[in-house]
Amino acid sequence: MKRFTLYLLLTGLLAACASESPKTQPGAQVEDRTSKTAQQPVDTRPLIPPQQAVNPLNDPNNILSKRSVFYDFDSYDVKPEYKAMIEAHGNYLASHPQAKVSLQGNTDERGSREYNLALGQKRAESVRKMLSLSGVKAQQMDTVSFGEEKPRASCHDESCWSQNRRTDIVYQSE
Amino acid sequence: MRLIRLNRFGWVLALVLSIATCSAHAALTIEITGGAALQIPVAIAPFTGEQAYPDKLSQVIAADLARSGLFKLIDTAGMPIPSTPAQVRVNDWKAKGVVALAIGTVLAQPGGRLDVQFRLIDTVHQDATQVIQLAGYSLPTNTAQLRFTAHQIADIIFEKLTGDPGAFATRIAYITKHGATYELQVADSDGYNAQTIFQSREPIISPAWSPDGTKLAYVAFDQQRPIVYVQTLATGRRQAIAKFKGNNSAPAWSPDSRQLALVLTRDGVSQIYVINADGSGLKRLTHDASIDTEPNWSPDGKYLLFTSDRGGSPQIYRMPAYGGEAVRLTFEGSYNVTPRYSPDGKSFAFIQREGGRFRVAVQDFASGQVQVLTDSGLDESPTWAPNGKMILYATNILGRGVLAAVSSDGRVKQKLTTQSGDVREPAWGPLLKPKL
Repeated sequence: MKRFTLYLLLTGLLAACASESPKTQPGAQVEDRTSKTAQQPVDTRPLIPPQQAVNPLNDPNNILSKRSVFYDFDSYDVKPEYKAMIEAHGNYLASHPQAKVSLQGNTDERGSREYNLALGQKRAESVRKMLSLSGVKAQQMDTVSFGEEKPRASCHDESCWSQNRRTDIVYQSE
Repeated sequence: MRLIRLNRFGWVLALVLSIATCSAHAALTIEITGGAALQIPVAIAPFTGEQAYPDKLSQVIAADLARSGLFKLIDTAGMPIPSTPAQVRVNDWKAKGVVALAIGTVLAQPGGRLDVQFRLIDTVHQDATQVIQLAGYSLPTNTAQLRFTAHQIADIIFEKLTGDPGAFATRIAYITKHGATYELQVADSDGYNAQTIFQSREPIISPAWSPDGTKLAYVAFDQQRPIVYVQTLATGRRQAIAKFKGNNSAPAWSPDSRQLALVLTRDGVSQIYVINADGSGLKRLTHDASIDTEPNWSPDGKYLLFTSDRGGSPQIYRMPAYGGEAVRLTFEGSYNVTPRYSPDGKSFAFIQREGGRFRVAVQDFASGQVQVLTDSGLDESPTWAPNGKMILYATNILGRGVLAAVSSDGRVKQKLTTQSGDVREPAWGPLLKPKL
């Protein structure tokens, strides 16, 4: 019985300590520490440093997230529908002189493998020329051709062939 | 699927059988799908003593001759098998329609060597008193080289009976793709004895034999872009001889095996250069803003054929071997690529696209006449047999990459397949000299 009383006392003391509020001196001003944010709902989103908030290269709403130019059969001419995209990359690269891209040309599987390496190179070059017109420096770009050797789509008709006739703009940190 | 229960003996037997069939299995299976109009009837008698060795000379010889499409192999079963010319009963063979009979012996010599004696007997004509021998040779060899000796004998028979040199004692290089793995392989021209020369998870293309048969040049993407390598076959040693900025590809050996023409994009667009076989002495040959690619040396070393789109579409041109004015050679259609000089320098094989179909064609230099040799649709990479009689090329059957061959007159056709995966990019090597 004695032990129990002791425990009760201790618990009571602890409870009392826990709920003890700071003593206030008579006449002292109570500093109002409450601020407006304390009364709003808690924001649980992770903190993002301002400069990484929206990378235009990765923003799916930004034209810069598009990285591929597609071509007609046997052709290395850039079609008008891709000019805005290439200009956007050109402007980005011109204003970020440390950024580098590799321009990778590809073809569909038909015809000579060596001729397709050369055709893929012409496709990569066609994009390189347009980028340099936007003010991109030569050392920011390199070109390579994979010809027909690294297809994105592997079926044997136009639905796949059209996907493989392309130049990819590959940013070097990616 | 029912499980088959095997006792220990059963497992051992299964293992032995699979090893035995492995050693007899060709990496490439070759099927004849078209033959000459008139085939020469010959018989190859089993060689006395050949039964002691895993590779049966007479069978390898017969298979070579049958595969050429120019011979009809007459069965020798039931006939007495002669070992010497005196034992040949000419009239008996003549009655079976045979025009020539090959006989021979294999004799073991000290030190693991073998002596193969072979004779080709005329079974149409005979002298009053003795058989007429068309050829007779004694060929020193060993067990490991027995297939090579058989191919040499097949070449002798081929030449005696057709008037043209044979090309059975040769090897072919080709590239296989199996899943994500690429392999550059070299096999005998009958598909046997395949060896992997180089293997990679990145593409390999454009193998090219040095004319002296000792090296293979090829293009590998194993450093994320095309690089030209030269590999010495005897040692396996490989050297990157062109690793310039951009693409390095399309290696083509000069006839003296000392230089290679190749294609670089270091200056933007694909252009043709020449380099020494050790990678020194780079020299640019073409100077234009068009695609110039697929260089190929003439047998006399004086010219290069190449593919260019300088006229607005890919066509075949010829220029002097060290650069200079190019002459256009192809004028049919809008896509003529991959030129390859014939061994006698009088014509070239190439790929012509017509109505969306890519086919093997041959153009005669003197007349300009073009003969289309195939009627498929996805043909690539023609390569000549060193006797100029057959063209091996890559094609596609039902979505699978296979090799095929066609005779230079279009009549004889073969199909070459691997057991699984795709095969492409063939290159036919030069005539081999024996290693003994």
